[in-house]
Amino acid sequence: MKTTQRALFASLLVLSLAASAASLLKTDPAKSSVSAVFKQMNVPVEATFKKFTIVIDYNPQTPGAATAKVEIDTASLDLGEAEMNQEVAKKEWFNSSQYPKATFVSSAIKPVAGGKLSVTGKLTIKGKTVDVTFPLSVKNDAGKQVFEGALPIKRLVFNIGEGEWKDSSMVADDVTIKFRVTAAP
Amino acid sequence: MPRYTTTAILLHWLSALLIVCAFALGWIMTDIPGLSPTKLKYYSWHKWLGVTVFAVACARALWRLSHLPPPLPASTPGWQRKASNGVHLLLYVLIFAVPVSGYLYTLAAGVPVLYLGLFQLPALIAPNPELKPLLKGVHYVMTMSLAGLVALHVLAALKHQFIDRDGLLKRMLP
Repeated sequence: MKTTQRALFASLLVLSLAASAASLLKTDPAKSSVSAVFKQMNVPVEATFKKFTIVIDYNPQTPGAATAKVEIDTASLDLGEAEMNQEVAKKEWFNSSQYPKATFVSSAIKPVAGGKLSVTGKLTIKGKTVDVTFPLSVKNDAGKQVFEGALPIKRLVFNIGEGEWKDSSMVADDVTIKFRVTAAP
Repeated sequence: MPRYTTTAILLHWLSALLIVCAFALGWIMTDIPGLSPTKLKYYSWHKWLGVTVFAVACARALWRLSHLPPPLPASTPGWQRKASNGVHLLLYVLIFAVPVSGYLYTLAAGVPVLYLGLFQLPALIAPNPELKPLLKGVHYVMTMSLAGLVALHVLAALKHQFIDRDGLLKRMLP
């Protein structure tokens, strides 16, 4: 009897949580993008990730309660050339067969000046997790929320580009992950 | 026999050297499988060479417009005059068109040129995945046409030097 009550209570709790999480947004993949901007022999190049999943729980009334979870298919980075795309999935770069996803999970989202949010969380790429904080802008576009931001990282911290690719004069250590997410309730 | 001006001679051999280097590097770099720092380096150098070929071509065209080349010997048959004029005109067109097509190709691929690693050159067109394979093909076909014409140009010069022994080559020798 006790277990049934517990189960009932638990399911009620889940239901109420689900109700309070009505601010969970549905991401529009066609109007969302994640890209990596890096310098190759000092030439800025932008490559986009074709596959990613972004789950954002955001209510404009309570932005401090927002959460975000991002999963990116590392093998989906498009450098514009099939040969190069195969290359970046290899062991020296993303090692996509062993680490198919790069993830970001927010731990705290705080409203800051200028209608922006400061997002803190854990970024995991190639099995390495790093705490990151970056600014995020939120705009309302015809009932949809548009989140935009850029997160600078150091590729070598994540061991992206091993061996001869460690040379940052060829591919710079600084990489900016740029994203734009359009989501609606 | 009247010779080309010193400037014309200098520009001619400079572009010849640059074109041979750019062509060889283009051949080598596209033969490297996969991706390597060396390959990326060669691509950059190839682009810098191409930009230099274009700059020298501009200088040559300007010089050519204001300085007529020495006339061909009066004994030159009509068909040879026509062939010579035609080949030279096409060579002029291609030493512009090949670098331009390569430049547009790299822009379409989303990789602008930082000349010598120092100067950002204008991105005349936006990255364009549809245009990219087309420009690649154009760059390749025009490059091979240029290579063919250069071969013809060299063979003709060698014919004059070693078969006709008319000393025509001396007009262009430093």
